[in-house]
Amino acid sequence: MTGLIAALVEAWSELRIHKTRVLLALIGVALSVAALTTVVGLGNMSREAMVQTQEQQGGRAATVTAEVFPASGEIDVPQVREALEGLVERYGVEHSSLRYQTSVPFQFPDGVSTAETMVVDRGYGTMRRVDLSLGHWFTPTDEQRLAPAVIVNEAFHQRLGLPDLQQNPAVQIVRERSIAATVAGVVPNQWPEAPPQAMMLAGHYDAWALGGEALMPPAMEMWVPEEIAEPLAAAMSSDLGAQFGPGSAQVYRSDYAAFGDPFESIQLAVGGIAGLVLLLGAVGLLNISMVTVRYRVREVGIRRSFGATGGRIFFGVMLESVVATFVAGVVGVMLAVAVVKSPWVQDVIAAGVSELPPFPLEAALIGLGAATVVGALAGLIPAVVAVRVKVIDAIRY
Amino acid sequence: MTAPATSRTPAAQHPEPPLVALERVERTVLIPDHEPLRILQGVDLEIRIGDHLSIVGRSGSGKSTLLNILGLLDVPTGGTMSFGGVPVRSMSEKRRALTRGARVGFIFQQFNLLPGRTALENVMTPLLYARGKQFWQRERLATEMLGLVGLGDRLREKPHKLSGGEQQRIAIARALVRSPQLILADEPTGALDIETGQSVMKLLDDVARESGAALVTITHDPNVAALAHRHYRLHNGVLVDGELAA
Repeated sequence: MTGLIAALVEAWSELRIHKTRVLLALIGVALSVAALTTVVGLGNMSREAMVQTQEQQGGRAATVTAEVFPASGEIDVPQVREALEGLVERYGVEHSSLRYQTSVPFQFPDGVSTAETMVVDRGYGTMRRVDLSLGHWFTPTDEQRLAPAVIVNEAFHQRLGLPDLQQNPAVQIVRERSIAATVAGVVPNQWPEAPPQAMMLAGHYDAWALGGEALMPPAMEMWVPEEIAEPLAAAMSSDLGAQFGPGSAQVYRSDYAAFGDPFESIQLAVGGIAGLVLLLGAVGLLNISMVTVRYRVREVGIRRSFGATGGRIFFGVMLESVVATFVAGVVGVMLAVAVVKSPWVQDVIAAGVSELPPFPLEAALIGLGAATVVGALAGLIPAVVAVRVKVIDAIRY
Repeated sequence: MTAPATSRTPAAQHPEPPLVALERVERTVLIPDHEPLRILQGVDLEIRIGDHLSIVGRSGSGKSTLLNILGLLDVPTGGTMSFGGVPVRSMSEKRRALTRGARVGFIFQQFNLLPGRTALENVMTPLLYARGKQFWQRERLATEMLGLVGLGDRLREKPHKLSGGEQQRIAIARALVRSPQLILADEPTGALDIETGQSVMKLLDDVARESGAALVTITHDPNVAALAHRHYRLHNGVLVDGELAA
């Protein structure tokens, strides 16, 4: 134990003594590590941001979507829904949601308008990463309400006069007898000039017999493990085909990773560039270390005369390099975090993403690990040179 | 012709085994396409705790090689040598290094202080290779040792700001800080003027005597050699009893 502490003390003392040289050598390493960590961090965060966006649009990996288009062209919505719900039950799918786009007339302060309304199940919020700007996603309590709950977009909310959601504002659904629906939450508009839109639980839609004009046929989204997605889709397609006729059912993966991870090639390219950056830093450090160890041959000889063993000299030179590059790595990672977390960079990489991905720990660990490995590799050759120094010649050097 | 060294004291006079014992020691260097170069030939020598030896000889006579062998920096190619009763031939390189660190102190002609370090850091350096108390109390031990050589007020000075005499005193403090049993001084006054050399040598002699360590001095200077109790001369690799006047 004393030996290890002594070696660390010695390495630190050497770094302190040669601080100018060390600083010069380490600027390159720190910048390389900063570049590596920044590239990996930015790559991961961009990927995360893109994945979030993709998941909002098409569901998480793997999302299997089942749709029915009968050959007759006539869609019997209740029959199709029953068939789709039957699939969920039969195959024991844990996460699923109906997705059925219809239109519902709402009473706004300035008159009655129909609004595109998506009929969904509670699981839709998780599966599609629904992000609310106000209020909350449908809860089990909402399901038990004696009035339907709706989640509206900002345009809808605006048209209602921006009521405070804490007050459980109601919006009238226009029917023979108007139904008061409670606004539970507000989602951002999907595009800048989006019209008022709403979402409603399938249970509420059915309970209050809101059946409006079908804008899109009902579909069932199912979030399943990736490895079973393909066979499950095939089996479900066959099931629905038997029920509605061949070619009338479509069951397919609708998530971003349906045709392989589209970000894999970007990540590989980013990793390659990062590796190259680090390699350049390592070569620079090795160069300086080699020059330094030759300059220190005499010192090595003197230390051997004090009783330093070959192992201790080897370990000392290696440790000196590793300690130095580790410190440089910490500085580099801090620099990278500062760059990546800067508001300007965040705006660029996470544009349109509400849930800002955190700085990836993986990138920081890769940065520190790479710095340490570079230190060990750059220290290895000088350490071997130092051990091979002939003590007597070195003292006379 | 000078007689071969016979100063190996009879064992009966010294019940304690010698610290270092050399018997018919040879050191030969192989040179490609040439006859092997015999640097040391049949060297017999015993060094005991408290001894003070001087070895004189011309340049190239093998003095430094002998000193390196005594300090376990080099190994004989022939004959036998023991250090602390242990045959050197049976010691691994690591064992020799550890023994050297714990039991031998070197003083070099060119001081060989580590550049960029203060006097205190230089004297602390050998203690980095020690264990236990010597390691943990290295600053206190080094401070005390620098006080002993009269540099208690120059602890934080870097060597290049000190005189030659002061630098050699730091080197002496560094050689003695681990309380070695054998001090090997290679031309300790070679880089100093006569007056400074004498004062440094007197200090070394005093400190070695007080610590009870054996002191082996290699020198050209008869005045320095005169401080020793036993005198040797190396001539063409052969160690002989030396006469100071010779």
